[in-house]
Amino acid sequence: MSKIIASAAIRGAHKIVARAENKWREAIDKWGANEPVGFPNTAYYLPIIYGILGMKVEKLGDMEAVLKRCQAILPPPVKELHPLPYLAPALDAGMATFFAEELIEAIRYLEQPNFYLRGEDITEGNIWLGAADDIILRKRGIEFVDGTAPGFAAILGAAPTPEMAAKIAQELQQKNLYVFMAADYNGKRFAEQLIEAGVQVGWPTRLVPFGPDVSATVFAMGFATRAAMSFGGIEPGDYRKILIYNKDRVFAFAMPLGYVTDEWYANGAGAINWGFPVIADTPIPEVLPTGICTYEHVVSNIPHDKIVAKAVEVRGLKVSMAEVPVPVAYGAAFEGERVRGEDIYLECGGGRTHMVEWVTSKRMDEIEDGKIELIGPEISDVQPGSRLPLAIAVEVAGREMQPDYEPILERQIHHLINYAQGAMHIGQRDIAWLRVSKGAFGKGFRLHHIGAILHAKLHQDFSRIFDKIQIKLYTKDEDVLKVTEAARAAYRVRDVRIEGMTDETTDIFYSCTLCQSFAPSHVCVISPERTGLCGSYNWMDCKAASEISPTGANQAVPKGEVLDAQYGRWKGVDDFVFKASRSKVDHYYFYSIVNDPMTTCGCCECIAAVLPMCNGVMTVNREHTGETPCGMKFTTLAGTIGGGLSTPGFVGHSKYYVCQRKFLMGEGGLLRLVWMPKTLKEEIGDRFRQRAAELGVPDLLDRIADETIGVTEEAILPFLTEKEHPALNLPPILG
Amino acid sequence: MSPGKNEIKSIDPATLEMIEKAAQEGVPNAFERAERISPCPIGADGNCCSICAMGPCRVPLPRAREETPEEKKRRRGVCGATAETIAARNFVRKIAAGTASHGDHGRVMAKLFLDIAEGKAPGYQIKDEQKLLSLALDLGVKIGDRSNEEIAVDLGKLLVNEFGKQEGELLFLKRAPLKRQEIWRKWGIAPRGIDIEVAEAMHRTHMGTDQEYHDLLNFGSKVGLADGWGGSMIGTEIQDIIFGTPAPLLSQINLGVLKEDEVNIIIHGHEPQLAEMLAVASQEPEMIAYAKSKGAKGINLAGMCCTANEMLMRHGVPIAGNFLQQELAIVTGAVEAMVVDVQCIMQGLADTANCYHTKVITTDARAKIQGAVHMQFDEHHAIESARAIVRAAVDNFVNRGSNVRIPNHKADMIAGFSHETINYLLGGMFRASYRPLNDNIINGRIRGVAGVVGCNNPRTIHDQGNLLMVKELIKNDVLVLQTGCMAMASGKAGLMVPEAAAEFAGPGLASVCEAVGIPPVLHVGACIDNSRLLIAATAMVKDGGLGDDISDLPVAGAAPEWMSEKAIAIGQYFVSSGVFTVFGTTWPTVGSKEATEFLFKDMEQMYGGMWAFEPDPVKAAHMMIDHIDKKRKALGIDKARERVLYDMAMRRELEAV
Repeated sequence: MSKIIASAAIRGAHKIVARAENKWREAIDKWGANEPVGFPNTAYYLPIIYGILGMKVEKLGDMEAVLKRCQAILPPPVKELHPLPYLAPALDAGMATFFAEELIEAIRYLEQPNFYLRGEDITEGNIWLGAADDIILRKRGIEFVDGTAPGFAAILGAAPTPEMAAKIAQELQQKNLYVFMAADYNGKRFAEQLIEAGVQVGWPTRLVPFGPDVSATVFAMGFATRAAMSFGGIEPGDYRKILIYNKDRVFAFAMPLGYVTDEWYANGAGAINWGFPVIADTPIPEVLPTGICTYEHVVSNIPHDKIVAKAVEVRGLKVSMAEVPVPVAYGAAFEGERVRGEDIYLECGGGRTHMVEWVTSKRMDEIEDGKIELIGPEISDVQPGSRLPLAIAVEVAGREMQPDYEPILERQIHHLINYAQGAMHIGQRDIAWLRVSKGAFGKGFRLHHIGAILHAKLHQDFSRIFDKIQIKLYTKDEDVLKVTEAARAAYRVRDVRIEGMTDETTDIFYSCTLCQSFAPSHVCVISPERTGLCGSYNWMDCKAASEISPTGANQAVPKGEVLDAQYGRWKGVDDFVFKASRSKVDHYYFYSIVNDPMTTCGCCECIAAVLPMCNGVMTVNREHTGETPCGMKFTTLAGTIGGGLSTPGFVGHSKYYVCQRKFLMGEGGLLRLVWMPKTLKEEIGDRFRQRAAELGVPDLLDRIADETIGVTEEAILPFLTEKEHPALNLPPILG
Repeated sequence: MSPGKNEIKSIDPATLEMIEKAAQEGVPNAFERAERISPCPIGADGNCCSICAMGPCRVPLPRAREETPEEKKRRRGVCGATAETIAARNFVRKIAAGTASHGDHGRVMAKLFLDIAEGKAPGYQIKDEQKLLSLALDLGVKIGDRSNEEIAVDLGKLLVNEFGKQEGELLFLKRAPLKRQEIWRKWGIAPRGIDIEVAEAMHRTHMGTDQEYHDLLNFGSKVGLADGWGGSMIGTEIQDIIFGTPAPLLSQINLGVLKEDEVNIIIHGHEPQLAEMLAVASQEPEMIAYAKSKGAKGINLAGMCCTANEMLMRHGVPIAGNFLQQELAIVTGAVEAMVVDVQCIMQGLADTANCYHTKVITTDARAKIQGAVHMQFDEHHAIESARAIVRAAVDNFVNRGSNVRIPNHKADMIAGFSHETINYLLGGMFRASYRPLNDNIINGRIRGVAGVVGCNNPRTIHDQGNLLMVKELIKNDVLVLQTGCMAMASGKAGLMVPEAAAEFAGPGLASVCEAVGIPPVLHVGACIDNSRLLIAATAMVKDGGLGDDISDLPVAGAAPEWMSEKAIAIGQYFVSSGVFTVFGTTWPTVGSKEATEFLFKDMEQMYGGMWAFEPDPVKAAHMMIDHIDKKRKALGIDKARERVLYDMAMRRELEAV
């Protein structure tokens, strides 16, 4: 820390803490000490304060203790001549800054409840999204965990022009980074500049306008802090571990654009505690020696065309850029971008025309690698706002290719097309839906580029399993129908084959340790009848991934000797888990919730919990924000059992697993399920009824309570009794 | 005495000015005596054996030529002791004396600590609760929900017991890196207790006992370790608990801190328990009023030697000067009382004081001086004892003569760099660790770390050896940690302010200093606090990336102007803890090539650390730098490293924090 930076950061911290104190005093006068405060829908209170200090701020009155801590931490100003060492005090001042800013923002939520939007998207009148709730945290957190998003850039201020802002943002997006925005420079704000430049902002495009003031920086830091607690399983208050976790695993950095004020310095000093360096476009002093961050701490005066590359280098981040020969920007960050209304140039599928996607294997000599054929009109042959039918037929061949891999390759089509800026893709198989924006068309994007994307990306990611690939794109009705028929026949064959697979007849399961970047002791093992708890990976995906990279995050796990058939325990699985969890977990029961169930990282789709009074089990999906009969909301549950722990009585699982045959088989299976949210019932209803019928209770779903019946065990038990829920007649769940 | 002649005595202008004044006023002092007495050449080389009454036997090497085998055979004492045995015995006795001194200091602290815990020493308290608890945790003392006093009683008994322990190992050995502990056990030098090793050293070196120099010198390591990881460490740790762990503060140094219009009291020696109370008593309003009644504007407390360092580190009490300035402080004519405790107090003080109004007040029953006033300090009535002493000093103000001259030389300095503080300074409250230090050593901004410690010696130019060495080291990007009188020499020369980094340090070290806001030369404390350097070195090992033992670290130690037996004990515990250690001035075993060879070469094979002797401070600095470079090479950090960029797979490989 240079003396100038430390002096400014400490001055800034004093100002911000004083501001928080004033705000708090005013608020307490107005609302009283018992007024509840907090960020919306989170189990982590004010997350920096909770994570670092272990203090829960639930009421205005709770803030007093935090302010006292701030005062205790705030160092005296740095003297001009013979200063005492200032690095450590400046870092401490940065911490006090974040605590104070969280208080300021929480008071804002109290005083102006509509200042920030809820959810992921901006609106016409408001672009400020405020604190990410736990649903966003978990949904987006998975991207951090599996590497789709390696980190984030926290941008303060504004670029010199909206065009430059758009350029910097796009460059960050192409590196798959999230962009968290706060504060203004000369009255201009980066987020507003992006909107002016016509860039889509919001969580879906990874360009997140947190807030207009510098204090909104805490939403970025709070996100990082929660990642350590929810995915890393670190206890609140274990500040050292939380900070080092972030230094090692969350590749974030701060990018102040414009004049760096004392308050900005204070925020920058705070971020360095997390190992997040500062990369500035102004000639502020540099701090090059390393130690708190992995490499340099403050690097300055970087030209705008080099600032993203510099930031990534300083943070020590390796990003493999997709080299795709298309005339638009390409990357995971564009996946969430939408194309609608006036902006649509071409639309295919979505119920308006037919659209189908199909990957099929051919003999080596039938395929000319890289050949892309468009049969029918190209986008340039039609007027803006047109519709066309579309069939994407991908033909692959290779010595290692197996029919099992066809659906895996096929499932890539969705996101691979979506990654192209200006292309929006929804669905798969014969219900696919594509929109191409006018912007993309204007930049030269054509339908044949879909072929180019698939050729380049599938080769890049899956070259171990095939050698050659060619793509045919049909845009004439009769061709599309013909492909659709052939594809449907292939889908049926696949479905039957998958449905027929059982855990008993399979000797090899697969591990998934993708999440170990964030939850170092967590090990998923995935079998045909139990998909990964994140819902993203099934047995077949893992098999393919393991073929592609045998030493990667998905490895073959020979089941070995059966130790317990009912609860699901195998010697080979135990051995693997012990090793892969770095000796933290020596066994778990695959199909159980009561006896040492499988570990859970932070990213499960649903969490099941035992309801002892009902002799059953409930499950809740992460989109459900309400209370549940186990006494905890989803987010509290996830916070309690996440981070690679095995917690008897609780288990994380995917939505799909609910209707798989091995769901909680140890305790009696699906018949134990007594409560689930209504939306989940609707979402998985069809498959549920089918499975319930197999079990001989076709109306089981109607006998299961939901939040409209009650959110306590006492409230739902009469309903279950009245409906004669089968769980009530099963043996006691807690033997 | 001509001014030109004085130039070669010191490089410190305040010192030169007072040597001049002393000469003018005919006042005796060490500089002047050193000129008259030349060192005994046979004793200096370790060739004189006065252990029994058959001698003293002198066994000098022939001068300026190689010794013949015949001469070598005949070069023995009456009992047949070889030059090797004689040099080794003398050397081990020095270690024993040094260890006994630090041990006795530590013992006094341990007993005081126990008294405080048992409520028998009102006036003192447990100031650093955190350190108490962490030490209790370290040593397995139950914490539970017991009071600090209860914990302290158990801890105090445990530590007092270390001195008289007869078997097993010293408790603090466990703090060292595991590999280091194994080395100690392998060579049989893990001390059992503190006193027992000193006693055995005296026995082994008695006439006709251990007469195998390898064995003697190896045992010397055991005695030295009983100092560094025993007496000294106990002393430092307890002082931190009862007086507070030092944290950075700004103060001043040199004779210019004395005040013409105030009662000047100098505290001098090594044990701070009295000085702590003098600091309180001298600032009591009644006492200040009393001083005013005698015509003084106030009471000015200033320190000398390591008592000064202790008071500087914890309270910012200014320092009047280092070892060779003790008499010169009196020569200013402005010192009402020089209050001394133990160690490094020249008897000449009494003589010097005779020429002025200054009262030399001895306060410790173990250290009386003929011609001085003795006012026994009673720890059980500490504040009362202290008040009596301050009162005596104030009473003496009116006796000040007219020949007062306070040199107008003083420098600002930052002190207070304890191990705990360094840990905090490198990462703040929430990320405290040695990581940034290790990181910047690995990336080469900091080439290595040197401890430059020890005394002054009038046989070499006062402060010059230190200054040339330290400047050479920091210029070459070596971070310097200092204790004792050498720390003071750097302080006086302005090296202990952060601005010194840009002026004197190499670009790499300067950039780190600028980042952290520290001087390139850190004041770590008194000579007993060299134990802090052991803890710091261990912390560097434990933080990782620099090997798994202290001997793997790119570090070195030096005492360019040493004179006391404590310096030899300190050097020996550094060497046997794995540190290359170079001494200046003179070397007490040169009379035996074999014994010297064993200390300088063989010990490296045994302990990873070894001694060296080089009177030229710049050359010595380069020996240290060469050693640091050798260690860097062994660690593979001698070349620039590629920046590692992390992808997700690499992040998955990371161990959980």
